[in-house]
Amino acid sequence: MKKFDVVIIGGGPAGMAAALGAREQGASVALLERDDRLGGILNQCIHNGFGLHYFGEELTGPEYAKRFRDKVLADKGITVFLEAMVLSLTEDRVVRAISPTAGLMELHAGAIVLAMGCRERSAGAIALAGTRPAGIYTAGMAQRLSNVEGYLVGKEVVILGSGDIGLIMARRMTSEGAKVKLVAEIMPFSSGLKRNIVQCLNDYDIPLRYSTTVTRVTGKNRLTGVYVAPVDEKMNPLLEKEEYIPCDTLLLSVGLIPENDLLTGTSVEMSRVTSGAVVDEFRQTSVPGIFSAGNVLHVHDLVDNVSEEAFVAGASAAKFSKGELALSETVSVLPSNGVRYALPQKVHQGEGKVKIYFRVDKVYRGRTVVVESGGEVVKRKKTLVMAPGEMQNVEVDKALIRGDLSIYTEE
Amino acid sequence: MNTTCIMCPMGCSLTVEEKDGAVIVTGNGCPRGEKYGKAEFTHPERVVTTLLKGTYGGVVSVKTDRPIPKDKIGDLLSWAASFRLDHAVKTGDVIAESPVACGANVVATSDFKGR
Amino acid sequence: MEKFDVIVIGGGVVGTAVLRSLAAYKAKTLLLEKASDVATGASRANSGIVHAGYDAETGTKKALFNVKGAAMFPSLTAELHVPYQKTGSLVAAREGGLPALQALYERGVANGVKVEVIDRKRILELEPNISPEIAYALYAPEAGVVSPYKLTIAQADHAVINGAEIRLEEKVVSLEKTADGFAVRTEKGEYFASYVINAAGAGASEVNALIGEDAPTETHAVGDYYILDSKEAGVVNTVVFPLPDEKGKGILVAPTADGNVILGPTSRKVPHEVAEENEVTREGLALVREGVGRLIPCVNLRSVIRVYAGTRTAVGSDFIIEESKKVKNYFMLLGICSPGLTSAPAIGEYVAGVAAEALGLIKKEKMRPLPARFHLTKATEEEIEDKIASDSAYGRIVCRCEKVTEGEILEAIRSPLPAHTVDAVKRRVRAGMGRCQGGFCRPRVMEILSRELNIPLSKIRLGDKGSEIAPYEVKDGYEKV
Repeated sequence: MKKFDVVIIGGGPAGMAAALGAREQGASVALLERDDRLGGILNQCIHNGFGLHYFGEELTGPEYAKRFRDKVLADKGITVFLEAMVLSLTEDRVVRAISPTAGLMELHAGAIVLAMGCRERSAGAIALAGTRPAGIYTAGMAQRLSNVEGYLVGKEVVILGSGDIGLIMARRMTSEGAKVKLVAEIMPFSSGLKRNIVQCLNDYDIPLRYSTTVTRVTGKNRLTGVYVAPVDEKMNPLLEKEEYIPCDTLLLSVGLIPENDLLTGTSVEMSRVTSGAVVDEFRQTSVPGIFSAGNVLHVHDLVDNVSEEAFVAGASAAKFSKGELALSETVSVLPSNGVRYALPQKVHQGEGKVKIYFRVDKVYRGRTVVVESGGEVVKRKKTLVMAPGEMQNVEVDKALIRGDLSIYTEE
Repeated sequence: MNTTCIMCPMGCSLTVEEKDGAVIVTGNGCPRGEKYGKAEFTHPERVVTTLLKGTYGGVVSVKTDRPIPKDKIGDLLSWAASFRLDHAVKTGDVIAESPVACGANVVATSDFKGR
Repeated sequence: MEKFDVIVIGGGVVGTAVLRSLAAYKAKTLLLEKASDVATGASRANSGIVHAGYDAETGTKKALFNVKGAAMFPSLTAELHVPYQKTGSLVAAREGGLPALQALYERGVANGVKVEVIDRKRILELEPNISPEIAYALYAPEAGVVSPYKLTIAQADHAVINGAEIRLEEKVVSLEKTADGFAVRTEKGEYFASYVINAAGAGASEVNALIGEDAPTETHAVGDYYILDSKEAGVVNTVVFPLPDEKGKGILVAPTADGNVILGPTSRKVPHEVAEENEVTREGLALVREGVGRLIPCVNLRSVIRVYAGTRTAVGSDFIIEESKKVKNYFMLLGICSPGLTSAPAIGEYVAGVAAEALGLIKKEKMRPLPARFHLTKATEEEIEDKIASDSAYGRIVCRCEKVTEGEILEAIRSPLPAHTVDAVKRRVRAGMGRCQGGFCRPRVMEILSRELNIPLSKIRLGDKGSEIAPYEVKDGYEKV
């Protein structure tokens, strides 16, 4: 049995930042990573565009990861367990894990930070019709095969979904000599960043069709083609307009799902909208001492936001473990009218400011974001445009909180 | 030329034309859009990221250390396809100085063992 | 030319059952399979149900082998370490369905099956989530669920460690009668056999044609299925069928032996040429959803992790299980559709017996038992510690969702019948069968296969030839864009 002030599950950007946050508070930290190196998915994201907010410069994924990894590895107060998979955790903060070098281990934690990240929705999860050949991949799987292993999955590509990984992979495959014939997006807008649409698709004349989906795939051993069709307002494909596109590869970028399977069987309150835990501004879940940060909490648009959020979670976990996280009553943050979700979902009354992150449900131009508490408007923020793919935030003065906060948009 | 401004989430649709020697941007919602539109029209540039193969196997991720002219991207990628790295490098090491006269150095963005 | 006493054509659940039963005799036996692994046809994609035996018409081969086979499952699956649970089954009927249930009940009794008709109160005890429309059910407590591909693979492995041989990717292209046996030619080689058993499933008629036997017309029915995340386990406890109709036993809801929930199948006739493509259709999936709604309406379809289709090949209404009258020492197994899985162990024993008698084979004193595979999720802490001490690969989890270690994957690759494709690994140890469907572990499994088989990653296949997953090296064949 080993004891640590803070045990962090996951050594990607969230876990590494949480570790540094906890160390700043002087806590002893265990960082458990299932891969054989720290950095998580950043290691396979060889494109640039990371770090503009956090470091004030544009970095590639591996470079962004290295900045944190070097600090983590240099810190004697952080014990890193690589190839360590957590098998279970309990509400009294016992973490069971397994690794080839340490075998089965039981860690007793003063506080736990969940930083397991997310997984991609699969072909099965979208009940893709057709045959079951090789040639169908989640975008991230194809990304790993190319950027880490050095192998290309195919030459003629259709991409379903215009999430950022899909857009990035469109450019990546093209720059390896593959032909990306189409990016199909079932929604009338992209969940990816505008910059990626311009620099990954437009730069290479790759067509993007909105309100379009893949209806079925063909091929026995290898994919030979896909059928695409436009969809109606209810997302049902108009099959009479089905069109066949011969291709050997279908990449799926159809959503990310926070990997919270470890919480099954615990009483940690979950959000149906984010698929992550319900947290307060310290990123503490409904179970005291269990914190959550990064994509396991809610899917972020920028890794910079992940680092910022996780640093707070790590620092707060350290304070909790020392009994220094004194907390007042909470109020709820309630999204409505255009705001799909807001996080944190709970806020403590007191001093200082709280930054509320939120996403909208569709593209809005010229709307004002309003935060109300106890019937009083505590914040108004005019916006030019808000898109579902881009996380928004608004800062609220805690001293103004008189009751539940409602956050909404108005014309 | 038609393009989309990426300076902010507005994503203004820009039209950029040359009239009497002057570059005119329309469709922009703010001055940043005009600047972006002009740059995209006169000298569009991109940082290029890709992989290089090792002579003895494996791949290393690289980037150009500054944006290069868009019309050089194809040449640079062709160079990258034929280049083989035969020695170990660390993140930040320069692997090639201004290949295909692109005006930027190709720099490792991850460590590579060489063989 | 290599000589064998018996050659079995086809590595499905039936062919491997025959091979395993033959391995109990002192004989040289070979199984030829055209695909890259056993259990790639109907034995992979079916409902995985051990039917109690009330459904088949009394006196048919279906009834005979079903009832006999079902009784073998508890001990067989224990011996071969195959996931199996005796869950019981319900045929659920609405108000007015009682006469139909009564008919099934009587057939069950005639077939010697334990069955009873139960009312809604009893149904609710078994299935609290049953549709409010359901008033009566036929309850067959002996029915169960099994992993059909794991059974097939275990039968193959057990046969191999007892001396049988299996050659994969060898499609039989000609079959000739010689003076004292058969010349069997495949894409790769030529073999001699004294006795040939045709267990070629969807291709059995074609094999019959090779030797000049009758090649009856087959009908192929494709069925769509949903598999739900293991977190939905518990929504159903038994195998719940609707009342059967002319198309078959209908769309069922059941737990799988590995802890998921299965919904399906539909039944759509397809021509022979595309019978093995197993195409899932949107219409089929819609029918499954409708059918499920009539039985267990609260099933959460948002938890789907995979949809797939399987093909059942029928010839007439009953199994064809007989020695050829035209060709001496040639045995035919045709149209082994449902309840083929349940019947397979009994068919295997019977057919092996017939061949043994024809050739005068002698039974071995005993067979070597099949060692159990290590499963992290089923092992005790002590067993896990011991295993990691013996090989640290047992502490390295590759498939996160199903908690499969590298050690288990290596075992699969080094099995008696080795796995050499990603899908073959998946069927043996479940790597990639969880909720992420291989999103994370597939590249890792490919790396391990590449290392173990000493072939480049670009040659690693999902399944059969032509299914390479990442067939090109980066930068190769790059043309300027």
